[in-house]
Amino acid sequence: MSELRFTKDHEWVALDGDVATIGITAYAADQLGDVVFVEVPEVGKTVKAGDGLAVVESVKAASDVYAPVGGEVVAANTELGDSPETVNAVPEAGGWFAKLKVADPAEVAALMDRAAYEDFLQTL
Amino acid sequence: MLGVIGVDHVDQLFVDVPQAARREGPVDLPRHAGELEVERELNQLAGKNRSAGSAPFFCGAGAYRHHVPATVDHLIQRSEFLTSYTPYQPEIAQGTLQMLFEFQTQVAALTGMDVANASLYDGSTATGEAVMMAARVTRRSKAVFSGGVHPHYIETSETLAHAAGVSTAKLPPAVDAEAAVINLIDADTACVVVQTPNVFGTVTDVSKIAEAAHAAGALLVVVTTEAVSYGLLKSPGEMGADIAVAEGQSIGVGLNFGGPYVGLFATRDKFVRQMPGRLCGETVDAEGRRGFVLTLSTREQHIRRDKATSNICTNSGLCALAFSIHMTLLGEVGLRRLAAINHAKARRLAKVVATVPGVEVLTPRYFNEIAVRLPAPAARVVEALAQGGMLAGVPFSRLAPGMDDVVLLAATETTSDADIDLLRLALTKVLAAKELTQ
Amino acid sequence: MSMNSVGRPTRPEAVESGYQPGGRGLLQDEPLLFELDGWDKTGVDLADVGDDLAGFDGLGGLVRSGPIGLPGLSEPETVRHYVRLSQKNHAIDLAIYPLGSCTMKHNPRLNEKMARLPGFADIHPLQPQSTVQGALGLMDRLAHWLKTLTGMPAVALTPKAGAHGELCGLLAIRAAHEAKGQGHRKTVLAPTSAHGTNPATAAFCGYTVVEIAQTADGRVDLADLEAKLGDHVAAIMVTNPNTCGLFERDILEISRLTHAAGAYFYCDGANFNAIVGRVRPGDLGVDAMHINLHKTFSTPHGGGGPGAGPVVLSAALAAYAPTPWVVHDDDGFRLQETPEAEAEAAFGRMCAFHGQMGMYVRAYAYMLSHGADGLKQVAEDAVLNANYLKARLSDLMSPAFPDGPCMHEALFDDSWLEGTGVTTLDFAKAMIDEGFHPMTMYFPLVVHGAMLIEPTETEPKQELDRFVEAMRRLATAAKAGEAERFRAAPVMAPLRRLDETLAARKPRLRWAPVAAEAQAAE
Repeated sequence: MSELRFTKDHEWVALDGDVATIGITAYAADQLGDVVFVEVPEVGKTVKAGDGLAVVESVKAASDVYAPVGGEVVAANTELGDSPETVNAVPEAGGWFAKLKVADPAEVAALMDRAAYEDFLQTL
Repeated sequence: MLGVIGVDHVDQLFVDVPQAARREGPVDLPRHAGELEVERELNQLAGKNRSAGSAPFFCGAGAYRHHVPATVDHLIQRSEFLTSYTPYQPEIAQGTLQMLFEFQTQVAALTGMDVANASLYDGSTATGEAVMMAARVTRRSKAVFSGGVHPHYIETSETLAHAAGVSTAKLPPAVDAEAAVINLIDADTACVVVQTPNVFGTVTDVSKIAEAAHAAGALLVVVTTEAVSYGLLKSPGEMGADIAVAEGQSIGVGLNFGGPYVGLFATRDKFVRQMPGRLCGETVDAEGRRGFVLTLSTREQHIRRDKATSNICTNSGLCALAFSIHMTLLGEVGLRRLAAINHAKARRLAKVVATVPGVEVLTPRYFNEIAVRLPAPAARVVEALAQGGMLAGVPFSRLAPGMDDVVLLAATETTSDADIDLLRLALTKVLAAKELTQ
Repeated sequence: MSMNSVGRPTRPEAVESGYQPGGRGLLQDEPLLFELDGWDKTGVDLADVGDDLAGFDGLGGLVRSGPIGLPGLSEPETVRHYVRLSQKNHAIDLAIYPLGSCTMKHNPRLNEKMARLPGFADIHPLQPQSTVQGALGLMDRLAHWLKTLTGMPAVALTPKAGAHGELCGLLAIRAAHEAKGQGHRKTVLAPTSAHGTNPATAAFCGYTVVEIAQTADGRVDLADLEAKLGDHVAAIMVTNPNTCGLFERDILEISRLTHAAGAYFYCDGANFNAIVGRVRPGDLGVDAMHINLHKTFSTPHGGGGPGAGPVVLSAALAAYAPTPWVVHDDDGFRLQETPEAEAEAAFGRMCAFHGQMGMYVRAYAYMLSHGADGLKQVAEDAVLNANYLKARLSDLMSPAFPDGPCMHEALFDDSWLEGTGVTTLDFAKAMIDEGFHPMTMYFPLVVHGAMLIEPTETEPKQELDRFVEAMRRLATAAKAGEAERFRAAPVMAPLRRLDETLAARKPRLRWAPVAAEAQAAE
């Protein structure tokens, strides 16, 4: 699996072949506070970059998670239904939301690497 | 106080109001009045209304006269219930919160559903919200209504649905044809809305309609306007409803000329996050003691703002409390008996009314309300009976055009056998008068 | 610590339990209704139904057979259950309830008495109209008062709450645009400080909500408004006085710009109590405004409803008012259920029947009691009380908008708590230990750690001073480094802080028997 790539919406993407695993960053999870519910997409759904992919709710905020790249949903982390706290515990591993079969892996490469993302966080 | 603030006159506090918009004198209305004068004026207005308790009374059509125990009205006037607000600070609102949790449990049990919310404005708005929820759940944009759904409920739902871009289709009013709605179901149908007992009083087993709706990927919304019927009839949940909504007025809340009432809203566990309105949930405090809070509030307007499931802000708290207290006093034993009495009264009513020449009872299976065809325009008959001191039901023409000769008659535990006999006599007499039928 | 997006903690820190079952002082513990062993009891003595119950004619398989699962209690048990519960609530009858934007004022008991007259409480919405002339007459007079107080030509009485009124107003606006061939207008402008219901309602009606910027002194930014107005804008939604407790001093220019752009001006009337009798929204160019009868006109809040939200409408919108309405002709009053004149183009119906009659009676009794002179004084005293609190607390706390007077509520931010380790939430919870209901917190969103205090006109100076003294004691303690005490608060309430995270992660929304739960878990 390649190293993580990041978006300005605080999502991370890990590309393995043409399958991208997507989640929210530790920064985002921290900002949301205790995650209480995650709505993951249905497998088979096709999304474009920028489309709503998932919804993540903490006690007092609900946020849409947008698809950082386009593709077809090939897996969704349904375990988050019973244990949404995983998103807070391991946001950049077990707290993944969905896996997309990406149409164009170059879209992933165009996202920020960790250093660039950390620079971006400094500007917030 | 002005000195502490640092102004000479209270007018200086209104300095931000543009000069052109300031009113110098008082508005063109009377000056204040003392308690005695206010009572006098309101007593005079109230005196121009004939109260249900002062006459033989048979009105229903979505609002029913039941006896409410004195305890209910006493308890809801407790300062701590009457003059508190939405429990935003749960540590000092456990009274309201525990009550709401109990109310939710009672409503879920009555409707045979998994989960209920903390109430909505009334049965009609609850029906509209059910349509909107079904559209969210199914991601479809059409609702279909049977001909037995209360016409006001349909109109209210249409207003709400059309505002949000959901289309509607409905069948014309029909006494006993809930299942005909199946013909309206198509691939874009989000929900099928039926009512039992319906606006004509007809009781229907909607299980087959549920099957048809589910086969088409739609939800079944079951409406009930007479909550006492839950004590006798199979619940919406047992018949496959996905959403059960009801007017809860019959239990604990008076007629009030149409409001305030209390909307009941219940659904399946799997849809809970798509549910409108407030929800109370169990949790623990810092010492591990059981307590209650408003929860899943990310669905609500004050958090999600333009992404909320509904724009609803309040519930019908005090009416929900009245409902819950009355339900507690009744218990299952009392509710079943109350429902049986209502049905028995209606059976007597149907039997007696059918003996009046020219009168036909239309409702084949009923709980406590029947539709009756008269040999004359119902509105004129009812008005003539009102002149004689009787509140003899609701002409269907008050609700929708067509069926001008149909009147809806309800009987409850408050209806005496003597009232029913008086109705027979008065109806016989009025119908015999030629001018009405001509 | 678990926090939400505005820095509000949502999970208490666990502390050792000092809990003993039974009660404390006058406060009794009370189990859930379902734990009182009332499965075969009833507290209602119903007549014997006798022979009439022999079989249910024709109902056959429609009869409910299984248990419903409802407990019942005797009358004394019922009274105790609910009285014990009631004692765990704060209430306006107990002490000041300074919940900003909610207008927790005294609810006169005369109004309760009047609403319970059988001539109002025991009449059916569809009984012959000749038998309810007094009720229809009351609705007509209430409508007249509302129109006179607002300087507006029409009113729709039926909306059942403020948010329901907003929906009614926006639907009238949408209908008016569509009638004029302006249906392409799909944007609603609203300030960031708006009540959450504003964007929720607009989005519900299919509008895209665009936020209007706010100036440094807490008002609508006119330049930003002008830049965002255009042929795509259907309406603006502005609260006035706004949610920062300030009067929009450019209100006339706001309405002029809005109308010049072909849009309508929806005013959120939640804060009408600050100007009633002194300022008429009709003179400000408002096209639609809901009036919360449960705020300005004192109908009780009842633990969260029922409310009532009539909507006054300008001449441009009057024709689109929802059905039904009361008309007065030679035969007296009657309800008009469908449009009759050509000019009438009702957009639909807000609810079954004709709205919140019980609330109309209470509000009308309040209006009669206060009169034109008394209502004007209501506004003045509400504003006076808020400015008094602001003046007495501003040296210790930081007012969000220190310059100039506020209207009926005083807004503070949390900059004065910086470095103390105390959050707005901690401060609010500590107020509970002092015997007060906290102010509205973290709203409006435009102010960091907002504390919005609305005393209302019905608080006497003595109660305001009692409140001020407690607030000053707390503020001094916070600044003196007593953060631990604040973080632990409340300790005097029936419960300590509650775990909202747990409630939302594992929702338990109804009571279930222990056995059933065990089964479900398997």
